[in-house]
Amino acid sequence: MTDKKPIVVMKGITIEFPGVKALDNVDLSLYPGEVHALMGENGAGKSTMIKALTGVYKINAGSITVEGKPQLFKGTLDAQNAGIATVYQEVNLCTNLSIGENVMLGHEVRDKIGMINWKKTHAKAAGFLAEMGLGSLDTHAPLSSISIAMQQLVAIARSMVIDAKVLILDEPTSSLDANEVEELFAIIRKVRDSGVAILFVSHFLDQVYQISDKMTVLRNGKFIKEVVTKDTPRDELIGMMIGKSAEELSQIGTKKTRREPEPGEKPIASVHDFGKKGSINPVDMDIYKGQIVGFAGLLGSGRTELARLFFGADKADSGSFTFNGHKLTVADPSTALRNKIAYSTENRRDEGIIGDLTVRENILIALQATRGMFRPIPKKEADEVVDKYIKELNVRPADPNRLIKNLSGGNQQKVLIARWLATNPELLILDEPTRGIDIGAKAEIQQVVIDLAGQGIGVIFISSELDEVVRLSDDIEVLKDRHKIKEIENDDTVSQETIVQTIANTNVNSGKEE
Amino acid sequence: MSGATAKAKTTVRKSGAGKSRHLDPQMIPTIAAVVIFILMLIMGQVLFGTYIRLGFISSLFIDHAYLIILAVAMTLPVLTGGIDLSVGAIVSITSVVGVKMTIAGTPSWIAMIAMIVIGMFFGLLAGTLIEEFNMQPFIATLSTMFLARGISSIISTDSLPLPQDNNFDWVADPIKIIDNPKIANDLTFNMGVVIAIVVVVFGYILLHKTRTGRTIYAIGGSRPSAELMGLPVKRTNYIIYLTSGTLAAIASIVYTANIGSAKNTTGVGWELDAVASVVIGGTIVTGGFGYVLGSVIGALVRSTIDPLTSDFGVPAEWTTIVVGLMILVFVVLQRAVTAFNKKE
Repeated sequence: MTDKKPIVVMKGITIEFPGVKALDNVDLSLYPGEVHALMGENGAGKSTMIKALTGVYKINAGSITVEGKPQLFKGTLDAQNAGIATVYQEVNLCTNLSIGENVMLGHEVRDKIGMINWKKTHAKAAGFLAEMGLGSLDTHAPLSSISIAMQQLVAIARSMVIDAKVLILDEPTSSLDANEVEELFAIIRKVRDSGVAILFVSHFLDQVYQISDKMTVLRNGKFIKEVVTKDTPRDELIGMMIGKSAEELSQIGTKKTRREPEPGEKPIASVHDFGKKGSINPVDMDIYKGQIVGFAGLLGSGRTELARLFFGADKADSGSFTFNGHKLTVADPSTALRNKIAYSTENRRDEGIIGDLTVRENILIALQATRGMFRPIPKKEADEVVDKYIKELNVRPADPNRLIKNLSGGNQQKVLIARWLATNPELLILDEPTRGIDIGAKAEIQQVVIDLAGQGIGVIFISSELDEVVRLSDDIEVLKDRHKIKEIENDDTVSQETIVQTIANTNVNSGKEE
Repeated sequence: MSGATAKAKTTVRKSGAGKSRHLDPQMIPTIAAVVIFILMLIMGQVLFGTYIRLGFISSLFIDHAYLIILAVAMTLPVLTGGIDLSVGAIVSITSVVGVKMTIAGTPSWIAMIAMIVIGMFFGLLAGTLIEEFNMQPFIATLSTMFLARGISSIISTDSLPLPQDNNFDWVADPIKIIDNPKIANDLTFNMGVVIAIVVVVFGYILLHKTRTGRTIYAIGGSRPSAELMGLPVKRTNYIIYLTSGTLAAIASIVYTANIGSAKNTTGVGWELDAVASVVIGGTIVTGGFGYVLGSVIGALVRSTIDPLTSDFGVPAEWTTIVVGLMILVFVVLQRAVTAFNKKE
């Protein structure tokens, strides 16, 4: 390993966007026949680093050397010509074209007068696919006819066409299941053994440990360390990624002590027989001030459906909803907001953020909606609100005038929470607030949830990650197949296992439970 | 578990793919256009007895060679999800300039070259606006359309007849293949038709046999993907609008030679006839799918609507409604096909 020469040396890479240093003096070296993982939280600069190497962004300072030759990439084509191929998280191929065409696009076999020879082109594509064990794919079939996992492999085959020396895999496993990941890894190893340098980016620590030889850790756009994977314990890696020690981390990991409702205390929200036909069967439940109620259940169990009824995003057709002692009919979200009920969606990108507005505008939008369009928020008050929440929730970069689409997922989530906090809710529903964000931001958001409950807000917390639900919740409502099957008082005897068992052993059709 | 089913699906597809190659569902709208064209001819023949005749077919091609050329021109931008609204106005300006030059005594071949250069200029201008100033093709070509139309009107608002014995005649002079001495039912063509055929062949080769053509489809599929794949997206977009502008000028030569005169109001709305032809021919307006040959059929369908509606006694004003309805039907058909594909 030591006598090998690196294929790519990136030195002192700095990239600035207006007002922010996305990368500050970062180094990265890639060696042939090695899988190198680029690690860091969302917003650490991984994507920016990849985009520097693929010619999407121009670097402000530093140098990129490929096989000893200094390179100045002006575009993706330059990087490709230098032998750098990339497979992106959202597969960047053309679904309107055939598999073979996608493999060969821009490199079709041509005859002497420059006409494409389709027969040879498809034969060549089939050859590349066969090398990866995909010989049975019909190159004439449309790309849209194969699964995302397969498309990813097709994208890798494409990199072989350009005879890539460096293959960048940006979150390749995020939409794959376990078997598909294994298949992908087998191919990655094959490509690696042929002497290609692979740069691997993933949120999944297990996978990184499984496939990578070395890791480079970034944090806040800065280079932290390059380490050998097998010599680095996980907690040390996580510590480097989020800039906290392993002990600090384990504190977040411990279970919160349960907040017992006082005897005689009235719940802020209480529902009875609350449901909607075809969506969620009638449910009874109470939420107290400062209590975190977790919804546990698989996808499709009805957890989001129930949450949407609370917020009026869908209208309940049975039962009653008592809020602060009053009967309430939440016909629509604006009624919910007026009554200080807020709902942060699980679908952050499509139903949550408004990408082309700034952080500031995204925070203020719900508050403004509650005031009506003729009563604008005074600038001073608006500034205060925005500053307060950016600070409180530690939104990074702390620039209210940045477009939210340019923030990392975790920070977008914080802005969304800020949006609802600005409306001063008494009941806050968080649907999958930690989905698709990295460990560091996850821990921060979990802490935020605990703090909010501490301030007396009732929180409904929905997550597919059971350990999160178990750690944070006071009560857990277990849902299965659109029924609430059990309410668990989350004391020290309750673990993930308890919930898994409950879901597995309760028969929905035989009545509710007990 | 979902992965396992996805994989099972791929294996099924693998075995079935050989068959599906013969009938790509994306071709259904184009095939429908062919069927409808044939039905229109049969209907015309049955009801009026003049449609499936050499004379009718000959004049269909001779009179509408320009529209076939424009339809090919329009296919390129539409395949990328763009549009070129300036083609009608380019016909107008090039026609007025060409005839003016001929009247002033310029040899006609120089006038024709000048016309083509003007077409190229407007195409390049549109390409520059789109690529360098990041304008939507719709807006960019809308502005070049007004520009071309405006200049054309400044030059002259009169009807300008081509002088006698001009050398545009070789384009329009009929060439008879089958001469029926008694009745007017000759199989005729002219160089205009030949030019149109050459343009169609050119379009076909460009789209299906060159890397530029494949890049056009890739841009239509997903421009960001095409860029990330390292395809020359920018250059290709220049080529597209340069080509559509140039082809519009060629259409103008054919049309002007046929009509024997020029006017600044020539070509109003032709860009939309071209779009109609492209859409009827099965090209999807959002880009990525479509065929030049489909556009040709579309142009023929569009051209047959006029005589058919007039033979039915439908007032000329109503023709546009028929065209509108046809477009509607084809777009609905395309949507249905796309939805069906997604379901699969």
